[in-house]
Amino acid sequence: MAVNTDFVGRTYPPSGPYAVSAADIAAFAAAVGATDPVHTDAEAARAAGYADVVAPPTMAVVYEQQSSRAYVADPEAGIDYSRVVHGEESFVHHRPIVAGDALTATTTVASIRQAGGHSMITVVTELTDEAGAAVTTASSTIVVRGGE
Amino acid sequence: MSVRSFEDVSIGETFGPEVVAVGRDTLVAYANASGDQNPIHQDEAFAKGVGLPDVIAHGMWTMGASSSVVARWVGDAGRVLEFGTRFTKPVVVPTQGNEISVTGVVKSVDAERRRATVDVTTTCGDDKVLGRCIAVVQLA
Repeated sequence: MAVNTDFVGRTYPPSGPYAVSAADIAAFAAAVGATDPVHTDAEAARAAGYADVVAPPTMAVVYEQQSSRAYVADPEAGIDYSRVVHGEESFVHHRPIVAGDALTATTTVASIRQAGGHSMITVVTELTDEAGAAVTTASSTIVVRGGE
Repeated sequence: MSVRSFEDVSIGETFGPEVVAVGRDTLVAYANASGDQNPIHQDEAFAKGVGLPDVIAHGMWTMGASSSVVARWVGDAGRVLEFGTRFTKPVVVPTQGNEISVTGVVKSVDAERRRATVDVTTTCGDDKVLGRCIAVVQLA
């Protein structure tokens, strides 16, 4: 199965909205050892200028991966998920994700590169809030290892 | 926590190393919090069956734990504006657990926007497990 390079530039329909809860944020923060009280104490978060408790910087991946699944699981995309490893990840936060957000995610296949028999696929997911304002741009590169 | 001020930060300044423990329970907690239930992160027999030395941590756990160290240095997790990395080596997590070590060094500063760019180095034993790991933070 070969990765279908015709998908470069394709944008999938928006997914979500994904409701972000204080409990979700607390669980994620605990799992990554994030001890800042802004993750768990709404008063501390408000004192720091946020509307509610703040998601750890990498929590956007939760919504990004739900959104990009439509592409990765698309049979026409030619991605053998058993051969996938995570190559790179980056986040640009236009503002922090906070409890109470309802995020919409839109994933675009940014590039597909071939190197050493592997395919490197970069997808970019834009997270926006209910007002349509940009919240986070998440970029993820997966490596589909070539067959032997 | 108090937020680090731009005036208190200089190029070349370092923080850490901070050692973060990771056990099988950590990976179960991360799987449940993130929704990534790939068995290579929880099931030893499955992991070994696909050629891994043992259960490995989610790359995103390693990245997340590293971001927590950066956030502690800044003093406000909401001020980590950008964070990116490559995943270079897996963190192997045997039954007795493992640990990663996280350090940061300030590479550049932006006086106009009161920001700093930090190079983050995360190691497990002798292995550098993250590559080109860079954070941009908003200082006070």
